[in-house]
Amino acid sequence: MNKTQQILFDEPGPRAQRRIRIATVLGAILLAGAVVAAVYQFASHGELAAARWEPFTTWPIWRYLLNGLWATVRAAAATAVLSAALGLLLALGRLSTHRPLRWLAGAYVEIFRTVPTLLLIYVTLFALPQYGLNFPLFWKLVVPLVVSNSAAFAEIFRSGILALDRGQTEAGLAVGLRRGQVMALVVLPQALLQLAPSLVSQLVGLLKDTSLGFVVSYTELLYSGQVLSSYTHLLIQTFLVVALIYLVVNASLSKFARVLQARNGRFGGRRGRRTAELPPPLLEGNTPR
Amino acid sequence: MEALTSHLSELGHGLVTTVELTVVTTVGAMLLGIVVATLRIAPVPLLRAIGTAYVEVFQNLPLLALLVLFVFALPTIGITFPLFTSAAIVIAVYEGAYLAEAIRAGINTVGVGQAEAARAIGLTFGQSLRHVILPQGLRAVIQPIGNICIALLMNTSLAAAVGVVELTQAANTVNLVEAQPIAVFTGAGLAYMLLALIIGQVTGLLERRLAIVR
Repeated sequence: MNKTQQILFDEPGPRAQRRIRIATVLGAILLAGAVVAAVYQFASHGELAAARWEPFTTWPIWRYLLNGLWATVRAAAATAVLSAALGLLLALGRLSTHRPLRWLAGAYVEIFRTVPTLLLIYVTLFALPQYGLNFPLFWKLVVPLVVSNSAAFAEIFRSGILALDRGQTEAGLAVGLRRGQVMALVVLPQALLQLAPSLVSQLVGLLKDTSLGFVVSYTELLYSGQVLSSYTHLLIQTFLVVALIYLVVNASLSKFARVLQARNGRFGGRRGRRTAELPPPLLEGNTPR
Repeated sequence: MEALTSHLSELGHGLVTTVELTVVTTVGAMLLGIVVATLRIAPVPLLRAIGTAYVEVFQNLPLLALLVLFVFALPTIGITFPLFTSAAIVIAVYEGAYLAEAIRAGINTVGVGQAEAARAIGLTFGQSLRHVILPQGLRAVIQPIGNICIALLMNTSLAAAVGVVELTQAANTVNLVEAQPIAVFTGAGLAYMLLALIIGQVTGLLERRLAIVR
């Protein structure tokens, strides 16, 4: 058990151990009660019948849902790439030395951080076509997602750049690099490494956002579930399976973010890095490749 | 502009629904967050596992999928609530997971010595949590909690997708009647920004009043 979990209690003595056992039993009974209640609800409405779950053992149903997942992944990938690129530009804009640029980027981020994505989707669905901007279905989902996610990415990049030691920038300028070079060669490579876990976490949020395809009728995973259930009338089964797929995909991504975080702590921490990145000593015969 | 003024009552009702939904779910999510954060640091392994599972599940499922499941699918096993209540429950449960993590981060900032001192003077787990750990831990994360509240405000708009007529839905309806998208959607966007600004100001105020300067 790690330190953080142990703030509030010592190694349990005999009395505490007894209490922990009682709490465990009570908790287990409550949990079992909840499961029994759920099963009873399902059973009493005939939703547990084998016939109502059996379709989910067949390939055509899974092929349909996996197609939906593939569309989700495609939308998420497009959104991720575009909004990360735009977000990086916005972050650089906010940190730029030109005031108008700083102001513009700042305004963009502040506006789209506080406007709901659904509102942006309604704009692309119902407002833009009036002005002749009628995107294909895929872009009707991706464009609003990029607009709102780029603001989130901009804030992540900005915080990462600001968190880096000022000395890095100063040293870069002192050896005669221009501001752009300092950013590209010194600051960004280090900041991005530090930010990797946050960026992956944002990816989870973005993948969840693609479920708004439900509103656009873009057949990503959630809308596929809707379409499927309107044919099969297996509402709760379909949506439970869909939720399970989301859970598996996103939990793996979250896990990946935690692994990156842990690795950064070990290799990328300020102290660890300094020793790790010292150039190899110049011994005789140790020529650069 | 006229599109906005002639539909003030619809938009106003939508705005009020959004505010109600935000307030109700914030309170609910905060309570849930405290309970789940407590579970995650409890001495009982089973309770810790339940807390972890809660956070993992609700942080990794899309809110819209939960709303759809709750509003459209649960009635098939005989569980039905009024629409507003359903939306409020789902959003509170969802945001509760995020608040639980923020609160746990706050608890982690409290020095171990504080908890040890609390135990040394004979406080039980619950007492030391209530009187020593939470008051300090919560004050350390006012800003993150405020950010989650703003995210919650924006997420209430998803209730529109399952049929709750809040601000986003009201704007959409008015636009379908008036066909004045720029005025209507800009108005709704400004209203959201204003609400987010208010939450930001309140958090800033709380932070200045309550935060412990170490």
